[in-house]
Amino acid sequence: MLSIICLMQLKLSCVDLERILCINVTMWEYTDKVKNAFLHPRNAGEIADADAVGEVGSIVCGDALKIFLKIDKETGKITDAKFQTFGCASAIASSSALTEMVKGKNLDEASRITNKDIADHLGGLPDQKMHCSVMGREALEAAIASYRGETFPLETKEKVICKCFDVTEDKIRKVAIENHLTTVDEITNYTKAGGGCGECVKDINDILVDLWSVKKLEKPPHPKKLTNLQKIALIQEIIESEIRPGLQADNGDLELVDVEGPKVIVELRGMCTGCAMSDVTIGRIQQKLRELVSEDIVVETHG
Amino acid sequence: MKPVYLDNNATTQVAPDVLREMQPFLSDYYGNPSSMHTFGGQLHRKIEDSREMVASIIGVSPEEIIFTSCGTESDNTALMSAVESFPRKKHLITTKVEHPAVLNFCRHLARKGYRVTYLPVNNLGQLDMDFLLKSLDEDTVLVSIMYANNETGVLFPIQEIAEMLRERDILFHTDAVQVVGKIPIDLKTLPVDMLSLSGHKLHAPKGVGALYVRKGTRFSPYIIGGHQENGRRAGTENVASIIALGKACQLALENIQEESRNVSALRDKLENALLKCCPDVRVNGDTEHRLPNTTNVSFEYVEGEAILLRLNEYGVCASSGSACTSGSLEPSHVLRAMGVPYTAVHGSIRFSLSRYTSDDEINKVIEIMPLIIKELRQLSPFGREKFSCPSS
Repeated sequence: MLSIICLMQLKLSCVDLERILCINVTMWEYTDKVKNAFLHPRNAGEIADADAVGEVGSIVCGDALKIFLKIDKETGKITDAKFQTFGCASAIASSSALTEMVKGKNLDEASRITNKDIADHLGGLPDQKMHCSVMGREALEAAIASYRGETFPLETKEKVICKCFDVTEDKIRKVAIENHLTTVDEITNYTKAGGGCGECVKDINDILVDLWSVKKLEKPPHPKKLTNLQKIALIQEIIESEIRPGLQADNGDLELVDVEGPKVIVELRGMCTGCAMSDVTIGRIQQKLRELVSEDIVVETHG
Repeated sequence: MKPVYLDNNATTQVAPDVLREMQPFLSDYYGNPSSMHTFGGQLHRKIEDSREMVASIIGVSPEEIIFTSCGTESDNTALMSAVESFPRKKHLITTKVEHPAVLNFCRHLARKGYRVTYLPVNNLGQLDMDFLLKSLDEDTVLVSIMYANNETGVLFPIQEIAEMLRERDILFHTDAVQVVGKIPIDLKTLPVDMLSLSGHKLHAPKGVGALYVRKGTRFSPYIIGGHQENGRRAGTENVASIIALGKACQLALENIQEESRNVSALRDKLENALLKCCPDVRVNGDTEHRLPNTTNVSFEYVEGEAILLRLNEYGVCASSGSACTSGSLEPSHVLRAMGVPYTAVHGSIRFSLSRYTSDDEINKVIEIMPLIIKELRQLSPFGREKFSCPSS
């Protein structure tokens, strides 16, 4: 775990982060509803004369889902739904849940189903399995798009961020916004992006920084002007309470050396010294201090 | 319901005799072996008895055995000792299919500036010996290669490797955690310098292991503190578990040939039945050179976690190399290093037997497995035209 830098709300994983961790999701972590839907899936199979078919995932990625819909042309109501799924228990359970949820809904109602709705229908999914619910929602989107004669995905600029799992920037942004995801780990749990070789972890982080710092602009500016002494005390306090514990957990550390106007000078210690990610670490600290102290702060390393 | 436990490469049942042997040292005899009084000091003798039994299972002298807390500690100690003892040498060689206890420690050393060569394997999981030979140089401080792979059971040619390295005077460590107690090992004729073993893989409890260090090998302790284990591994001895490990080694040694034959007969029966029961099933790894208790079978078009959880419903315990069971989204590094197609990796199941596995249990698995595969393939969008399993 040495190479995981935890800072603020953004968890960064160094590129060489060891990924052969064995954290098994066991049967015990699934809710009874998930177990039941997995052991006795509803609506499994195919509809030979389906009006809409949506297919996502691939056998190489480890899960794939195909959904078949029968749609009443007059009312636009989904009269029947079936699925075929290659994947783990939660993928099968999510597919089963999805087909149950869409039946009887019209297309507009169905298109409003989110991945969270699917997970909720199952009484929740383990964090590492949220991508199964996202896959379900995507298959539904694909089916509805095909019925409406649209192409899926709808996005035009298809920038692939995670090459291992073929996840686009648009998908990362969409899932992050819908589920309020702020860390790379969360993005990995929901989309798999970053869960392979790890090369795109920094890109995902950049997307998150971009996404949520844009949001932050909506927040009111800092209410009061600080005296120099108050400012230094506040910086020191934020470093002690919010920055150092995360660094120390990874055997790193940081010390405040000086404050000169907007310039905050710090020194990295321990594992942070010479860490390939130290520039990113400094960037995160700067962002945090800008957010909590003053927007003109520039963080620099000592010496 | 007693589980059908076919996950013995993960951990094993503590043998009843082992439990009986260790119990008094968790209750009445709680002394510290380092104490001057008889109450504690007498335990020292028991530890030495146990050391003898552990030594005898690999054919070495008791003073060459260091007790540790687990296989991982043994592996870490061996690697750390090598690099500390020869500080000027900066190159290590291991394989791509090692256990994380070695692999991740090598990566840790790589981050500290060491050069590490990860030897590839072919599609049967066999080592590329030429690659090993070519990788050796004057800077090589240690070669660490597992005796047998935990996922596939494939045995590496340790004799050949050890002799080759001995000729060149290069330190050799082998992680034999999966091997000790399963097949005979005699280090009198096998020139390895260090060997790791773990208690809970051979019917002793978790929390105890051992590292063999050949006499004359430079050694630097990893855990530093008191004088225990002749100053080679500090920390008050885990007396009960050390005694348990000795007993487990004694039991294993007594019956190793017979058990190995029985277990491999059951394993082969299971494997052959699974290969026959459904189309698109394959065995992963070299079946000629393999542990007697392990089979790694891939079922195409279905996903491993789903198979495991269906098996779980029948009380059958096994494990999988699929991504969903690794928690990392990436499937087994071992099967990928072997070039097993992703489609087959995701549906890989490892069955690992033990001396306690019965014929009835194997029959039960042979009966339910085709049903499970058939059901899951019916759910799957792939390979539907290819099944189905004839139900038995």
